[in-house]
Amino acid sequence: MSEEPRPYTLVAELTYRCPLRCPYCSNPTDYPRHADALTTEDWLRVFGEAEALGVVQLNLTGGEPLLRDDLESLVEGARRLDLYTNLITSGIPLARERLARLKTLGLDNVQVSIQDVTRAASDHIAGVRAFDRKLEVARWVKELGFPLTLNVVLHRQNLDHVADVIALAESLEADRLELANTQYLGWALVNRRMLLPTKAQLDGAREVARAARKRLQGRMEVLFVTPDYYAEFPKACMDGWGRRFLLVAPDGLVLPCHVAHTLPGLTFDNVRTRSLGDIWRHSEAFGAFRGEAWMPEPCRSCDRRTIDFGGCRCQAYHLTGDATATDPACSLAPAHGLIEAARAEALEPTDAVTYRTARPVERV
Amino acid sequence: MSPITAESRPTLAAKARLRWDRQASRYMLLYPERGLVLNPTAADVVQLCTGEHTVGAIVDRLADKYAPQPRESVEREILAFLAQMAERGLIRSGDE
Repeated sequence: MSEEPRPYTLVAELTYRCPLRCPYCSNPTDYPRHADALTTEDWLRVFGEAEALGVVQLNLTGGEPLLRDDLESLVEGARRLDLYTNLITSGIPLARERLARLKTLGLDNVQVSIQDVTRAASDHIAGVRAFDRKLEVARWVKELGFPLTLNVVLHRQNLDHVADVIALAESLEADRLELANTQYLGWALVNRRMLLPTKAQLDGAREVARAARKRLQGRMEVLFVTPDYYAEFPKACMDGWGRRFLLVAPDGLVLPCHVAHTLPGLTFDNVRTRSLGDIWRHSEAFGAFRGEAWMPEPCRSCDRRTIDFGGCRCQAYHLTGDATATDPACSLAPAHGLIEAARAEALEPTDAVTYRTARPVERV
Repeated sequence: MSPITAESRPTLAAKARLRWDRQASRYMLLYPERGLVLNPTAADVVQLCTGEHTVGAIVDRLADKYAPQPRESVEREILAFLAQMAERGLIRSGDE
């Protein structure tokens, strides 16, 4: 690589605890093994080390970051470092006074998730009654003068509601709407048969989003993240392994992405025992899939290797058992048949939900 | 969304924040999940988008700084830049 990798974004997963039980949660299925282990001082040191490495964006997420009662101190510390700080939240549990306090302390943006556009459908996916409260929180966000991002994870059960989602986002005066198709890892892989849409559903929703993006240009940013199960080529997962993103898990593990610690054979370092800069620059795990040396064919000689960086290592491992395989989402991948089989399964879906739970679950 | 003209008094959108990137010695405009690297001219313009100055006044000030570049060409560049930024929702015309 000609250019020295520089992290621009730190994803701080403050805790894996969450009052919601969404069946596509991006936390690992064995999340209780990674209990909160970092103190306020640890996190503030991590933010400082991240900023020194070049990070300018900080995502405070989880789990539910509101469950950390030191969130105020963390926001204040982040602002001192001039980081653009984004709170990524379910909105539960939050009081208006706390949100106002976070504004005073320098929080830049609030991202609130909803699971669907009706109370019944949204609460069904969240696994708890939360919808009304979420809308209330979204309104507070705007009233207090924050920019609002509304986030909806898309799947078979809500893709046909995208027009209504956009209308709701407009009525809330959202500044940004993230229509993010489910990534089929972790909990979402367990629930793939319930979540994976058909191509027709996806094409319909994409068209609605495209029209809205044009209509709302300059007022609301409309982002539509396509699922790689229906793409010809894989996505540039995290913009490439260890290129732009740093993630710190609740137990202090430093990761290139949300679920990298589910990959076998890699040892991830902890911020409690090694500095972030040393981990970013010199750790074995961050070096493992940087650059092109690790790539198999057909990636190694592919023109797209500098565009998608070989796709998602976690998807490769969780579908083929080999983290160095070409991402099966790629139409050129030897294991692409696994994706085609999943698409065929989407024609015979199930409504059975496996909610996120602390108990071990059987993998599909 | 009203277009930005010489009479507009543009302001930075609430979601956007200007930051000096000391690693690369340049300004970045940060907004949710994104960052835009600004060249020195763009950074000069953004710093004047406070709602206080008209585009005309911004052009006057920067035409002085960029002399001998003709004022018309400075104005053309600035209006094009502001239109682009408005399209991204990062700058408001101030006319609403």
